Amino acid sequence: MSFRAWLERQRSLLDYTLASLGRRRGKNLSLVLVYGLTVFAVASTLFLTEALRAEAAEVLRGGPDVVVQRLVAGRHDLIPAAEVERLAAIRGVERAVGRRWGYLYRPASQANLTVMVPERFWGGDAELVVGEGVARLEGLVAGATLRLTGWSGEALDFTVREVIPAGSALVTTDLVLLSEAGYQRLFGADPDRFTDIALTVPNARELPTVAQKALQLVPGARAITRLEMARTYQAIFDWRSGLVMLVLSTAVLAFALVAWDKAAGLSAEERREIGILKAIGWDVSDVLLVKTWEGAVVSAAAFTAGVVAAYLHVFVGGAALLAPALEGWSTLSPRQHLTPAVGGLQLATLFFLTVVPYTVATVVPAWRSATIDPDAVMRS
Amino acid sequence: MSLIEARALRRVFHQGRPDELEAVKGVDLAIEEGQVTVLRGPSGSGKTSLLALLGAMARPTSGRILLADRELTSLPERFLTEVRRRTFGFVFQQFNLVGGLSALENVMLPAYPLGAPRAGLERRAGALLARFGVAHRASARADWLSGGEAQRVAIARALVNDPRVLVADEPTANLDSALSAGFMEVVGTLKAAGLTVIIASHDPLVHDAPVVDRVVSMRDGRLEAGAP
Repeated sequence: MSFRAWLERQRSLLDYTLASLGRRRGKNLSLVLVYGLTVFAVASTLFLTEALRAEAAEVLRGGPDVVVQRLVAGRHDLIPAAEVERLAAIRGVERAVGRRWGYLYRPASQANLTVMVPERFWGGDAELVVGEGVARLEGLVAGATLRLTGWSGEALDFTVREVIPAGSALVTTDLVLLSEAGYQRLFGADPDRFTDIALTVPNARELPTVAQKALQLVPGARAITRLEMARTYQAIFDWRSGLVMLVLSTAVLAFALVAWDKAAGLSAEERREIGILKAIGWDVSDVLLVKTWEGAVVSAAAFTAGVVAAYLHVFVGGAALLAPALEGWSTLSPRQHLTPAVGGLQLATLFFLTVVPYTVATVVPAWRSATIDPDAVMRS
Repeated sequence: MSLIEARALRRVFHQGRPDELEAVKGVDLAIEEGQVTVLRGPSGSGKTSLLALLGAMARPTSGRILLADRELTSLPERFLTEVRRRTFGFVFQQFNLVGGLSALENVMLPAYPLGAPRAGLERRAGALLARFGVAHRASARADWLSGGEAQRVAIARALVNDPRVLVADEPTANLDSALSAGFMEVVGTLKAAGLTVIIASHDPLVHDAPVVDRVVSMRDGRLEAGAP
């Protein structure tokens, strides 16, 4: 058979496949719907996990190499400013910076805001820079006033100087930046104490040694390296997504059973049609090619619809259906728009776990019917 | 000259089971090229089973079938399909058109696996529909055709790959007398065009038709005395 004839054959058989799908549109549409929903659920979990991982990686990229915190009675406590210089003197440490940060709960919006003093704040003492999530939640724009309750209960008015766009949503969405003086007014903080101390260590291989030395230098402290933070994020997202995937696997299994039943159970009409095709000169391979096309069209349509819907759900709709399960504590923070991050390998895995089995499930029973003598149709 | 030869053909269904049935019992038969041969017999006499064997649609349990002196019985399935699609055209009792497809698409179906260029195939299928007077129904769905129309579409479908042999199983069973006579007229034109026609039927309108060259009677899976 020449290449042109081969192409014509494919075209004709694909035409026949589409007509065939159209004739059983009720069955096929319901399959695409159920199948698409399953792909949607799994893909949403994958997209959200991947996006959160990417966000976490972004946080770590901009974060310190080692964070030293003081513990008192097993709880995080403020660390004396004098420790900054001692820690900076550790060999391998390029810089040591005391940081001031805390959380502010907003009962009205039931959101937990992260309040932080940046190294160099570019506004005045009565000004704030807020994250995109905070602005959305509180209805703020640049120039607006935000009234916060200070540590002693008095109302403090701050002017919003700027809204940080959602570049890295996980970092900035619930963030409120202010000056050191503003922070002290808000929390009544001791100016001689920091929340923690961030160390810059250029050589990553020295991180464990530096952390060890920091612990010896500041008794009762804990030192968290960038690697440990990365591992923690990874573990949290892996655990959470694993849990969700476990729940979803029940749905996938249910779908698999439905799909197998729908696809594998050829109706009497379909078996008769295969008999007719064989009787008028179709080969087993022609029938199988049509059935392969059928399975591929249905599963690819469901896969595409499910993946597109999941993308919109996660990156446009903020993963409204899954976020509470996957984000954990941060549900208290303002809702964030995730930056799209899609893992090609995960998509490929999802494709092979959904499209391929379904196509096979469609082809196998057709093969069984197609190997029967075509004269069966004459006797039906 | 014999186009098809059957030698000691047997067809047994459900062999070795309690419901075993021997439908064809050692049949010897020669089908002459260019002739119209009718297999006659009551229901259950084995006509359809023999027709399926002669048309390469089924394999005999034992015996041999030769097509133009070429042994068919031992051919692998792929080659048997090739023989079936190039040599035979089938018209079934229930017509067996594929519902949901148009009459034109039904006629084109046997040619799809051959990779024939689409435009030429559509022209050929259209011409066949016109030849049998149903061109105006080309775009109608097969399920909407009347019995007579469906049969003519089925004949057009059987001829789309230019077969040497037309095989028809009880083609007039679902037709009234006028349409049955019309079918035999079509058979006459096909015979005139050089086609070999084999029909299984117990309809007198078929085996008494002047166009028929030979009537072979069957009973209980065997040819009745007198049939060569």
